[in-house]
Amino acid sequence: MKASHGCLAQFASVPALLAAVKQLRLDGYTRLEAYTPFAVDGLAEALGPVRSRIPLLMLLGGLLGGFGTLALQYYAAVIDYPIDVGGRPDASWPAFIPAALEMTILFAALAGVAGMLAGNGLPRLNHPLFGSEHFDEASRDGLFVLLRADDPRYEFGRVLHDLARLDPLHVEQVPR
Amino acid sequence: MSAPVRRGEPTLASVTDQVSAIVLQRPTGRIWLLAFALALAFTALLGAGISYLLAKGVGIWGVDMPVAWAFAIADYVWWIAIGMAGTFISAALYLARQEWRTSLNRYAEAMTVFAVSVSGIFPILHLGRPWFFYWLAPYPDRMGVWPQWRSSLLWDFFAIVAYLIVSILYFYVGLIPDLATLRDRARTRGKQVFYGLLALGWRGEARHWQRFETLSLLLAGLAVPLVFSVHSMVALDFSEALLPGWHSTIFPPFFVAGALFSGFAMVLVLGIPLRRFYGLGDFITERHLDNLAKMLLAAGLFVDYSYLSEIFTAFYGGDRYEIAMTMQRFTGAYAWVFWTTIACNVVAIQALWWARVRRHHGVLFALGIVVLVGMWFERFMLIASSLYRDFLPSSWGMFYPTLWDLAFLFGSIGLFFVLFLLFVRWLPLVSMYELRKLAHRHGGTAA
Repeated sequence: MKASHGCLAQFASVPALLAAVKQLRLDGYTRLEAYTPFAVDGLAEALGPVRSRIPLLMLLGGLLGGFGTLALQYYAAVIDYPIDVGGRPDASWPAFIPAALEMTILFAALAGVAGMLAGNGLPRLNHPLFGSEHFDEASRDGLFVLLRADDPRYEFGRVLHDLARLDPLHVEQVPR
Repeated sequence: MSAPVRRGEPTLASVTDQVSAIVLQRPTGRIWLLAFALALAFTALLGAGISYLLAKGVGIWGVDMPVAWAFAIADYVWWIAIGMAGTFISAALYLARQEWRTSLNRYAEAMTVFAVSVSGIFPILHLGRPWFFYWLAPYPDRMGVWPQWRSSLLWDFFAIVAYLIVSILYFYVGLIPDLATLRDRARTRGKQVFYGLLALGWRGEARHWQRFETLSLLLAGLAVPLVFSVHSMVALDFSEALLPGWHSTIFPPFFVAGALFSGFAMVLVLGIPLRRFYGLGDFITERHLDNLAKMLLAAGLFVDYSYLSEIFTAFYGGDRYEIAMTMQRFTGAYAWVFWTTIACNVVAIQALWWARVRRHHGVLFALGIVVLVGMWFERFMLIASSLYRDFLPSSWGMFYPTLWDLAFLFGSIGLFFVLFLLFVRWLPLVSMYELRKLAHRHGGTAA
């Protein structure tokens, strides 16, 4: 048999998709993915426990940007090249805030975008799913469940049987 | 929710097909080509101006002592202000869960990115030696010197850089799922590759969506304070100076209000023709235009309050220079600029109190233009009226724009429209994945 990436089933409605995902989880499948044309509330949770590191990454990015800029300003204005302007203190903190604030936001945003892309495994030039016949619809109105072939429970006959119970529109094997 | 956000019976497929067809199937069209040619001609004018400026110096403008800032800074403040409303519509209304923003946020974000890009040209060009603008960035150089951290010019540089990059990221991240839709709908190889590369391999897996939504929410939360801070920095360029008319604590909020005001005007000016020529009436409904008109009026009233407050403070404070400057605005050589500003930004917008005016697209479009003109004059008024008569009568002097001043102003408008027209042609005008989400929420499980 040709190597397979998994089995892709399309469902007619969001409740049917959610029900299918929950049932397949009960059946013991773990390498389960769901593809939808918009963010469906509760779907990611139904697929398994979710932990997002993006908020933490953005906090760290922001702290790095903000304190890094403050440190740079302190180094430049106090240690490396102090200029006496009418006897004012070298470390003029209030004047250092604007640049630090802007860099806080910039670095937090950069960290967030990098985190989202890395977490999602993007950018990616190709993917086995793009070889599927119906997958184009996933960005229009198609609702899909993918049972990946590396699932320990994966066995083509059993998968077909398990999926058929859930009343999908169609089931298709995705080549690797 | 009273009036519908969207007319008709939307389904996931119909909203997707309708929006993606504008990019993928619709022929280019004569009006688009005509507008693009016109915009390109003006951009060429800007290009000629920049080349001449690099060769000759800023003396090709009418600037001289005492008015050493004039059109360039007015143009800069005007453009960056227009960008503000795009971020505001997109981010603040997203945080406030205003569903109606979904039809507007995409082109408003595009407007932001392009307006900020155009605005950035001016502060660089107004430096005496523009090719050394990178000296504003802190980097270990051979001269062993650092930028002046206490200067509002440096704060401005950091603010523009941060704002430009964050607004590009915000715009692009929001585009990724829609680019994937275009990739999947495209029928020619070239378009498939083009959108495929831009979509970064997006597939719409549930956990990907979740990270995406978390990021969108947090970026929106960051963008709101960012826009307020950026325009406050722009205001600090003025209020950090000691000149009467500039040295005032009201400047940052006053500038933020002015920015939202001109930005909403631009959203109307862009939205009404888009709606007409691209058949977006199903998405940009009467209710959107009405809401925008109300926001325009509200922001305008904030601006008007700031005008009053400036005048009141001048007389209440009793500083003779502040009073003299204020009287100069009313009756001096640039009084006509002041009264034009008042006519546009105070008087004209009062028409928006009437629902009939808010429903008339032609009038709304015209009012948008009037506000944009008024806001440009306001920036010029703020700059010129404080500079042309400073503390010392022997150094008073007038500013007269040259043709190159006008070439830079109109050329920058041309450049903005070149970018915007390319956006209209190549990218989805309305956020499809957000429309799908709305269609799902309102239509139950329509799929």
